[in-house]
Amino acid sequence: MNVFMFYLFAGIILICSLLSITTRRILRAAVYLLCVLLATAGLYFMLNYQFMAAVQLTLYAGGIVVLIIFSILLTHHISHRFQHPNVTKLLMGIGAGAVGIGLALATILSHPFKATTNPELPVDMTVIGNQLLSTEKNGYVLPFELISILLLAAMIAAIVIAKKEKNKNTEI
Amino acid sequence: MIQGIPLEHFLIVSTIMFFIGVCGFIIRRNLITMLMAVELILNSVNINFVVFNRYLYPDQLQGQFFSLFIVGIAAAEASVAIALIINIYRNMKNIEVENVNEMKY
Repeated sequence: MNVFMFYLFAGIILICSLLSITTRRILRAAVYLLCVLLATAGLYFMLNYQFMAAVQLTLYAGGIVVLIIFSILLTHHISHRFQHPNVTKLLMGIGAGAVGIGLALATILSHPFKATTNPELPVDMTVIGNQLLSTEKNGYVLPFELISILLLAAMIAAIVIAKKEKNKNTEI
Repeated sequence: MIQGIPLEHFLIVSTIMFFIGVCGFIIRRNLITMLMAVELILNSVNINFVVFNRYLYPDQLQGQFFSLFIVGIAAAEASVAIALIINIYRNMKNIEVENVNEMKY
């Protein structure tokens, strides 16, 4: 059952990511991206990382995809279709992808991975919360604070960039 | 750890997804679809971190924290990029990469 579910999710991820970069309708590309992200959340659930899967569902599938669909609807007609990409660019893209896949897979499949023999840590919200906010060993409070500043800066930047300039005519 | 599935199968899936993202970034000529290709790349890296954490070092949580922070950074990046794209569309009525060359000279 587990094995079947894994290959189902893997197939969804691969097929939908391929479709999302080849489809000619932009809204369909966004929906295929949503399918990829949902299948990834399924993989996290299978690995027993419930918190990571919940973050994936809410932030990626809930937040970013909705934002992308919003911007598509603001900037495109729904019936708009892309032209086919020109041949040199297509060949270059496929070549780069194929060479990269070959090199990376050759490295991965020839490398022996060794697991630690230490006892397994129970992954529940208490452990995650304690490690995220501790300053001891295995504590992540510094990146936590940094990313909160980054999110604040991104929020302000998004507002400033997308704001309409109001008094342009009256100042002149 | 999932019974009966070796680590390499996860890595194969995430590798192929990463390079599909790279390929899409090269092929596409629209700003929003390029942003979607970047999201694919970030997502495949997340899978790698989480799977290494689960299979090789189950006594720690570092991979999970890395992917948490990557998700946060991806959200910030997407919001700023979409604000830029909407602003470009407002000024030029177009977000195809080849037509947005006003700042280039």
